[in-house]
Amino acid sequence: MKEIKTMTPRQVQRYSRHIIMPDVGSVGQRKLLGSSVLIVGAGGLGSPIALYLAIAGVGTIGIVDFDTVDLSNLQRQILHQESDIGRPKVESAKETLLSYNPDLNVILHDEPITSDNAMDIIPNYDVIVNGADNFQARYLVNDASFLAGKPLVDGSILLFDGQASTYIPGQGCYRCIFPEPPPPGEVPSCAEAGVLGALPGMIGTIQATEVIKVLLGIGDPLAGRLLIIDALSMDFRVLKVRRNLDCPLCGDNPTVTELIDYDAFCGVNIPTVEPVGEPVTAD
Amino acid sequence: MKIVIKLFAGLRDRAGTGDLFIELPSGATVKDAIDTAQHNAPKEWTAPTSLMAAINNEYVGFNAVLSDGDELALIPPVSGG
Repeated sequence: MKEIKTMTPRQVQRYSRHIIMPDVGSVGQRKLLGSSVLIVGAGGLGSPIALYLAIAGVGTIGIVDFDTVDLSNLQRQILHQESDIGRPKVESAKETLLSYNPDLNVILHDEPITSDNAMDIIPNYDVIVNGADNFQARYLVNDASFLAGKPLVDGSILLFDGQASTYIPGQGCYRCIFPEPPPPGEVPSCAEAGVLGALPGMIGTIQATEVIKVLLGIGDPLAGRLLIIDALSMDFRVLKVRRNLDCPLCGDNPTVTELIDYDAFCGVNIPTVEPVGEPVTAD
Repeated sequence: MKIVIKLFAGLRDRAGTGDLFIELPSGATVKDAIDTAQHNAPKEWTAPTSLMAAINNEYVGFNAVLSDGDELALIPPVSGG
């Protein structure tokens, strides 16, 4: 986190509704301006996360996504518009974010996150946010964030259901809750089963709120708690979870001490040639 | 003893309901409850291999013992983004 000593008059005005809050104040706003957040995925979740963090004054936002904007994304991915179809998502995202807040520093990672590049990217940020759309990336980002000692704000969605939690290294991780990934085909993707367009807005804004709390060191983040939302019944519940002493990553005798092959771990093989037709990773 | 099982995400569709009321012998575990619930739903369903269980909103392992009146929540992971 960079130290920002002063704000311009425009910044003081722009962030006045933050600065007036005792829990944020000038000190907190300058913390946000000096902080950096990595968002994995510029899709349904990544869109509201990035937008709210950008306008909240988070100084640097990194975005990882290798995909291009598809018409079927526009039902929920509010970073992108009709005119962006076919463009790399990271470029569309950067343009949208800068139109909201030109002071923002946006760093683009126009590539999939992999075991080869994750430890070059993740350690450079203060907080990591997961808006990935597949289990391989979800476990990879979980493991890499823990190994890099970075707080991770996780979120996931499907149909009307959403889940969110904040993993502070040493206080539990995604593997403590779900030690094993489901076998391929057991849990469908949004492309296969669908997702309500407003749902990533609900989970993504919760993730953005968590990031801001973690950066400011205020309140009680969803550490040791898993929020699950059923939007159909509008049932919100918070489940108490805990660090699993037998967790292969963050338990007392870890077996995962470096990044692994997550395609093999999840039992999938991603073809090296992009399949023709509806992109299944465009969520 | 009687317990209620709450099913989340894809499990609701599999079982055809989100709420299952089942009767179990005392000393029954989460695993026993799942085994019984699979045959006591509108649709015969199979519990997924990746699943989180919570008794009264608190994470538990599958060997945790249930008590009369408990609510057992079964939550599969979702991974859309």
